[in-house]
Amino acid sequence: MTAVLAFLTRRRGHKRFDLTDWLTWGYLLAAVFLMFGPVFWLALSSFKTESALQEYPPTMLPLAPVTVTVEGYEDPLQLFRVTGGEHEGKVLAQVRRIGLNAQMVDPANPGERLNVNINDRVPEREFTLAIGNYTTLFDRFNFALYFWNSVFITVVATIITVLFNSMAAFALSKYKFRGRTLVFILIIATLMIPPTINLVPIFLVVSELGLVNSPWAVIWPAVATPTGVFLLRQYMLTIPDDLLDAARMDHASEWRVYWRIVLPLSAPALAVLVIFSVMWRWNEFLWPLIVLNRSEQFTLQLALNSFQGDLQTAWAPLLAMTVLTLLPITLVFAVLQKYITAGIAQSGVK
Amino acid sequence: MFAPVTTAASWLYRGAFEIFERPMLAIQKMTGAQRIAWVFLFPNLLIFSLFTFLPIILNFFYATTGSDRILLSERPYVGAENFASLLACENYLDPNSCGRDIFWRAVHNTGWFVVLQVGFMILFSLVTALVLNRDIPFRGFFRSVFFYPVLLSPVVVALIWKWILQRYGVLNATLEGWGFPVVNWLVEADWAFFWIVFVSIWAHMGFYTLILLAGLQAIPSDVYEAAEMDGASKWRVFSKITMPLLMPTMVVVIVLSLIRAVQAFDEIFVLTGGGPGSATLLVLQFIYETGFAFRPQLFGLAAAASLLMAAVLLVLTLLQLAATRKQAEG
Repeated sequence: MTAVLAFLTRRRGHKRFDLTDWLTWGYLLAAVFLMFGPVFWLALSSFKTESALQEYPPTMLPLAPVTVTVEGYEDPLQLFRVTGGEHEGKVLAQVRRIGLNAQMVDPANPGERLNVNINDRVPEREFTLAIGNYTTLFDRFNFALYFWNSVFITVVATIITVLFNSMAAFALSKYKFRGRTLVFILIIATLMIPPTINLVPIFLVVSELGLVNSPWAVIWPAVATPTGVFLLRQYMLTIPDDLLDAARMDHASEWRVYWRIVLPLSAPALAVLVIFSVMWRWNEFLWPLIVLNRSEQFTLQLALNSFQGDLQTAWAPLLAMTVLTLLPITLVFAVLQKYITAGIAQSGVK
Repeated sequence: MFAPVTTAASWLYRGAFEIFERPMLAIQKMTGAQRIAWVFLFPNLLIFSLFTFLPIILNFFYATTGSDRILLSERPYVGAENFASLLACENYLDPNSCGRDIFWRAVHNTGWFVVLQVGFMILFSLVTALVLNRDIPFRGFFRSVFFYPVLLSPVVVALIWKWILQRYGVLNATLEGWGFPVVNWLVEADWAFFWIVFVSIWAHMGFYTLILLAGLQAIPSDVYEAAEMDGASKWRVFSKITMPLLMPTMVVVIVLSLIRAVQAFDEIFVLTGGGPGSATLLVLQFIYETGFAFRPQLFGLAAAASLLMAAVLLVLTLLQLAATRKQAEG
């Protein structure tokens, strides 16, 4: 116990908890609240029923009215706590409401009907997760389709990105040929030209290729990332050429040298590129918004956007869908966070 | 959990090798072992040509032609008309005096957005990096706390905050409980602008914190030890050692975030849609709406606006190059 306390209160040099330590911890705890709080609130809210979501002020936890089956009544009846009048303190089930009066019964004594003023009762509620928000996504909102579209684009684009970029990086790092520097500079120069300034002409190319409203319209323009080529080339430069030459002496083909020697040795850099590519494609929004106009082609991001744009936003399924959209990235992050942060800190790309 | 993924990956790895081995061997017999480099380069270069190099050139053709046709052969040449229409303005500080007042509103908003978002984000990132650089327990955890929102998609980020900020949302409920007046955050222009700045700082600061933290950790500890021996005050250590040594990283971070902020779109589009009115409309949304969302689709105008944005980005990138070169020279 004292060891834990010593660990928690360790400081550089000085012995007492001074002002900067208090400020540090205050700042960090406020940050945990501010950074995680909104996501946590979203997740909690996504388990509330639509009527609980309409409530103002909102309750912290997802609560739902309690119902009981009472002898002599077919449908379950809602439970209320009586706060005033002659039955004060009792917990009663409501049979029906007539004007300002509620007809109620005591579940323990179902024979007798009691009249209670509706202002004298509050609903009994308990912690209930409204799983319905999630199941309705599959029944009514085509969630599986959007999810599949997103997964397809992400997986296929990532495979092609890694393949094409590593091939180019291999050529640029392991061969000497005329024009190599020029090609490299051309590729690096495109780092400075974000796709956002070429939206119109890229759209022309995509539509001329007949790709509009197909997942390939999102995949093809994105797979030749200059970042990936640069990242992999820098890494492959560190692989000793002797290794490749030894394989060539054993009559390995160039393809075999690339695939069986260089690729496995570049695994750390490839992993970084895979993580980036998954993140880029899964989260991409503007370009799919331009080229995917039919709802059956929507990615999750587009589906979320189009639901929130409806005049009468149905928050319950929307919140559940948002949670399911952030879940894969959150899981990947939870497992790989060390590698992700290290990869980003080293390469300076996002 | 990863077992099926690794199985699929190794299956893919072996399968792809065998599929490509024979054709690549045949190609190698034709090209020889050196010129095959071009074959390895080819797929990437083809994609680059189609979706990067070619569009850069085409952009100029679009910017100088009119009409709502996408095919260049059907578009009449209009010279600098698109640029003239965008730039026609009596007083650039007053969007109402401009021919395309919406565009200039977007430019003004983007200008303010860039200054405020980058300024405050760098400030918070620096403070956070300094805090995380201290010897505190659970440092890895706290680092990921700040970094987590960076991974979230812009649409998710926008929806998370929209849910909090709506009229009957949790923020208003809390403030009302404390006796403050209720505000319709995303409907009042000034507040909406505040929130787009706030939310984009929230979403992106973790990335810059991480880079600044790496910069801080690269500062050799003996410099600090020497300062401590000389009895330098904390402020002196910060202003005379930490800041000067962090400056190169700082410059990169500032330029990088400027480039991103000029192209801001996703979160803001979902959060406010540019509204109320055009209070949070930024340049990229103007380009998107002019070229794609609104009818008739004014591709020429959108391309011209893109080129103006590209000019700004080019200046920023050259600044970055100059800065990194200076850094490399030490």
